[in-house]
Amino acid sequence: MPTTAVRVSGLTKRFGEVQALAGIDFEIPEGTIFGLLGPNGAGKTTAVRILATVHKPDAGSAEVLGYDVVKDPNEVRMRIGLAGQYAAVDPNLTGRENLRLMGRLAQVEPSYIPPRADELLRSFDLVDAGDRPVRTYSGGMRRRLDVAASLVQKPPVLFLDEPTTGLDLQSRQALWNTIRTLVHEGTTVILTTQYLEEADQLADDLVVIDHGKIIAQGTAGELKRNLGGTVIELTMGEDTDVDRAVSLVGAVTGSEPERQGALLRMPSPDGSHLLTQMLRRLDDEGVQPTAVALREPSLDDVFLALTGHAAEEEQASENGQGNGKPKGRRNRRAS
Amino acid sequence: MSATTVETGRLPVAKRSTLAKEFNDGRAMIGRNLIAYKRVPQLLVFSTIQPVIFVLMFTYVFGGAIKNSLPPGMNYVDYLMPGIFVQTVVFGSLAAGVGLATDLKSGLLERFASLPVTRSSVLVGRTGADATRNIFVVILMFIVGTIVGFRVHTNVFGLLASMALVVYFGYALSWIFATLGLAVKDPETAQAAAFPLLAPLVFASVAFVPATSMPGWLQPWANNQPVSSVVLATRALVNGGPTAHYVFWALFWCTVVLVIFVPLGVRTYRRAI
Repeated sequence: MPTTAVRVSGLTKRFGEVQALAGIDFEIPEGTIFGLLGPNGAGKTTAVRILATVHKPDAGSAEVLGYDVVKDPNEVRMRIGLAGQYAAVDPNLTGRENLRLMGRLAQVEPSYIPPRADELLRSFDLVDAGDRPVRTYSGGMRRRLDVAASLVQKPPVLFLDEPTTGLDLQSRQALWNTIRTLVHEGTTVILTTQYLEEADQLADDLVVIDHGKIIAQGTAGELKRNLGGTVIELTMGEDTDVDRAVSLVGAVTGSEPERQGALLRMPSPDGSHLLTQMLRRLDDEGVQPTAVALREPSLDDVFLALTGHAAEEEQASENGQGNGKPKGRRNRRAS
Repeated sequence: MSATTVETGRLPVAKRSTLAKEFNDGRAMIGRNLIAYKRVPQLLVFSTIQPVIFVLMFTYVFGGAIKNSLPPGMNYVDYLMPGIFVQTVVFGSLAAGVGLATDLKSGLLERFASLPVTRSSVLVGRTGADATRNIFVVILMFIVGTIVGFRVHTNVFGLLASMALVVYFGYALSWIFATLGLAVKDPETAQAAAFPLLAPLVFASVAFVPATSMPGWLQPWANNQPVSSVVLATRALVNGGPTAHYVFWALFWCTVVLVIFVPLGVRTYRRAI
């Protein structure tokens, strides 16, 4: 039996009018990657901040490696690393100074700090920039330093709140590899993300959060299987009446497909058969899709099916997480 | 120094007593804030160039006019410099608010909150760094003053005591602005909110001109408010004359500010993150 790294039960948190968390429960076995998936304002960040002892919950309990986050916050702090949503590093210090500062504040035995800082600069590709003030760094470099700063003490439990936001593809994949290596060495990683692909790539287990509640839980594979076998995608040409296509397809499947511009998408347990029927019907009516695809469902599809909205679309309740701080620097991936 | 293992994989923890830990954390935070002054010298401009301009302006432009309302035989520059010392640290204390609001906005305070750091060290680090900066700035102002003719009429101990008092006053004020910065949570707002608070304290005071030149209704305020009290004490320490009474009131104000704003600042800090 693997031991439990994090145990959360009945956690609630309210910020004024906003119910950021409305009672969530989960357990994370040691040495795994756990994904908290959800749109902006879903409550992911609040959950992480409570687990990292930054906020106190209103009700419910949370334990990290057996220590209660409210009763023993210092024991928890000795065992965790946190990279929040912002690149929270001191712009006036150099990269190396930032890492050393964090090591010192994490109470690391002094002789271990300088070699560890050098090691992190190497593995995050910041050696050349190591002695430059961080204010001269690019956004991606800052973000990498931010993640490195959460690793100085080699924390057994690591919280990464949207760690790859603002990173280019190459840096993102490098970070994914770093995370996999950490987990291989026994670290437990709790990762929040809006990128379904990221959760799909990394997380052993994941929960989908929306409006402060867990709406689905399981492995990425399980979530996809629950959705059904396949997803059909039809792209309509420019001169096609898309509304008409929607109703035609809807008549075949019995429910309206999801529409994104000229793209129609619908999950289907029996993809190829249904697709044939659909195309026949459209052809009878003289409607020609310009592209047809039959594919495995992605977590995007899962998310859409669960919440009724896409994972990365801007939420009206944007200020639902955190305490009304601006959410400036977050750039969303265009879908 | 021995180290203990907390958890497999984690780097060894430095074994420190509570006091040694507070010292480590405070020093790390002070160091971090002082590096900013080294890396971004512009941060020092407000607290150095501006007072230098004040010294020159008051000495050479307004000095002639103000001289007539001074006690006979008194040099204006001797009257002015203690006021400049105090004014320098008063405006410098703004940096605490701006700095903490910046750290809050950047997420640094959130990160510190997740680390096993002594809770007060963030505020101690900020105010401590500003006090260190003030020592440097006050010495600089003394040199500038000496160049334009300022002379200490007591002795070196009077001078050192006056500098210590001024730095202590600046430290107390830092806690006011630390609280303000954490309350407004935005560096620009902290800066903007501070000036209306500071102007009546600095200008409606005896820092630059004697209260006798002011309207009657303003004189009680100008003679007794905190900035004036500290200016009068500083003046007594370097210019001579009765001292104890003024120093008492100066220390009284500093202590009142600290007693109110240290707990209030810590509370605001806890709520701000």
